[in-house]
Amino acid sequence: MKYIIAIIQPDRVDEVLQLLEEKEIHLVTVSNVLGRGRQKGISEVYRSHKEAGSLLKKVKLEIALNDQFVKPAVEAITKGARTGQIGDGKIFVMELDECVRIRTGELDSAAIG
Amino acid sequence: MKKCKWIILSFIVVVFALLSAGVLFAEEAAVPTIDTGDTAWMLVSSAFVLLMTPGLAFFYGGLVRKKNILSVLMQCFMLMCLITIQWIIFGYSLSFGPDIKGLIGSLSWLGLKGVGLEPYPDYSATIPHQLFMVYQAMFAIITPGLILGAFAERMKFAAFCVFSLLWATLVYDPICHWVWAVGGFLRTSGALDFAGGTVVHINAGIGALVAALVLGKRQGYPGSISPPHNLPFAVLGAGLLWFGWFGFNAGSALGAGSLAVNAFVVTHIAACAAGMTWALLDWKFNSRPTMLGMITGAVAGLVAITPAAGFVGAIDAIWIGVGVSVICYFFVTVVKVKLGYDDSLDAFGVHGIGGIWGALATGLWASKSVNPAGADGLFYGNPGQLWIQFKAVAITAVYSFVVTFILLKLVNIVFKLRSEKQNERIGLDLTEHRESAYTLLD
Repeated sequence: MKYIIAIIQPDRVDEVLQLLEEKEIHLVTVSNVLGRGRQKGISEVYRSHKEAGSLLKKVKLEIALNDQFVKPAVEAITKGARTGQIGDGKIFVMELDECVRIRTGELDSAAIG
Repeated sequence: MKKCKWIILSFIVVVFALLSAGVLFAEEAAVPTIDTGDTAWMLVSSAFVLLMTPGLAFFYGGLVRKKNILSVLMQCFMLMCLITIQWIIFGYSLSFGPDIKGLIGSLSWLGLKGVGLEPYPDYSATIPHQLFMVYQAMFAIITPGLILGAFAERMKFAAFCVFSLLWATLVYDPICHWVWAVGGFLRTSGALDFAGGTVVHINAGIGALVAALVLGKRQGYPGSISPPHNLPFAVLGAGLLWFGWFGFNAGSALGAGSLAVNAFVVTHIAACAAGMTWALLDWKFNSRPTMLGMITGAVAGLVAITPAAGFVGAIDAIWIGVGVSVICYFFVTVVKVKLGYDDSLDAFGVHGIGGIWGALATGLWASKSVNPAGADGLFYGNPGQLWIQFKAVAITAVYSFVVTFILLKLVNIVFKLRSEKQNERIGLDLTEHRESAYTLLD
């Protein structure tokens, strides 16, 4: 079992979710986050004062997966979120030790799906 | 305390007597004199109607997605500034200036030349001409504002500004002239439009339909468009609209008399009847009455009563309100979905359809017992009025449809109407205005 965290551009979310759906990956947790990368985002201007803002709006996807779904998930996210410009984001894949479905008490692989 | 009451009462009686004497004197002299009561009411009404545009901004702004609210507010505020200047320089002259063949006003009032502080009896004998002018300016502002509900979240700001200016000049001003100006051919034909059902709502509603068709759907419509991001804003906006509508309709009496009171009362009744009807329909068909449904119904009721406000009585206003909600509900929930166009905020479904119903309903329920200067409708023994109303609706709708279409195509060639795909996804607040409405951190 793996746990994927992906940080992507907010305007790519719909695309990524659709591609994940196509690979039959339905379980996703999505949150709005602020973060800092290497790119400069769209600057904002308030009464002529430019606010570059060191933190940019991003979206964080979190997905728990059985091993055979990891590759398709990474492919889907990469394909959907890539624009080729700085700031497209990152995908982190890590080991997942345990998973419990609260309603039934099922464990691990059975609980993820 | 009692003494105090009597003093106040007698003071009011004396003032009233003096005022009536003033009116009588004015009639004898046959020279238009400014009536302070009328002038006070029209000043307040003008401010009421102006407030409708920021109200509309919040009504629409609450319904769009988080990333686009500023673009909607910005478009509304831009219209307040832009259309006012247009109106002062040539819009008022085109609309209300001396008639040319029933089709358009001449340019002889360019830059408000000759539009002074004396009354102009052809339009309003008891208030300064400039007050009539500024009151009408508020109508010219909000009409293109209504259209933006159809292309919200996807139109470039520059294209919006140019389109709105052209639309105000080539669509609003001529239709306003036909219906309201002395010599305008629809006014001469006997069509009744008390406060702008045809000029404002049908006109803007049809323009909205064309805009929705020409610009095309938003990306992700209908599947993955998020629901309204701030319904309380929409409710606030609807409340401001309702409030402002008293100036819109009761102010259209152009004086502080019994006609204004009639318009005020029926306006309120129709909004209530329509809001309640929509809530009941929601309850029946969606199992719950919804907040958005209720305010949509109330606004539809206000739209429908607009042409009728000075011509129908209180009980008939209930039927106009009930009718508009039933028709618009069906249109927004069934017809729009079937046809598949993306009228983002139902500008056509509510203002276009509601306006058409209101104009026809005026031909049904108008009564000379309410306003001797009006006409009787079908239910008061004059079926011909319905036909006159229908013709006015059809002419307005066709003209608005054709000219709006041409203008959008022209503006598209020069400026491109649609924002870039990526900009649309990021949101117009950030891409068109370099601002965001909400921060993520406190």
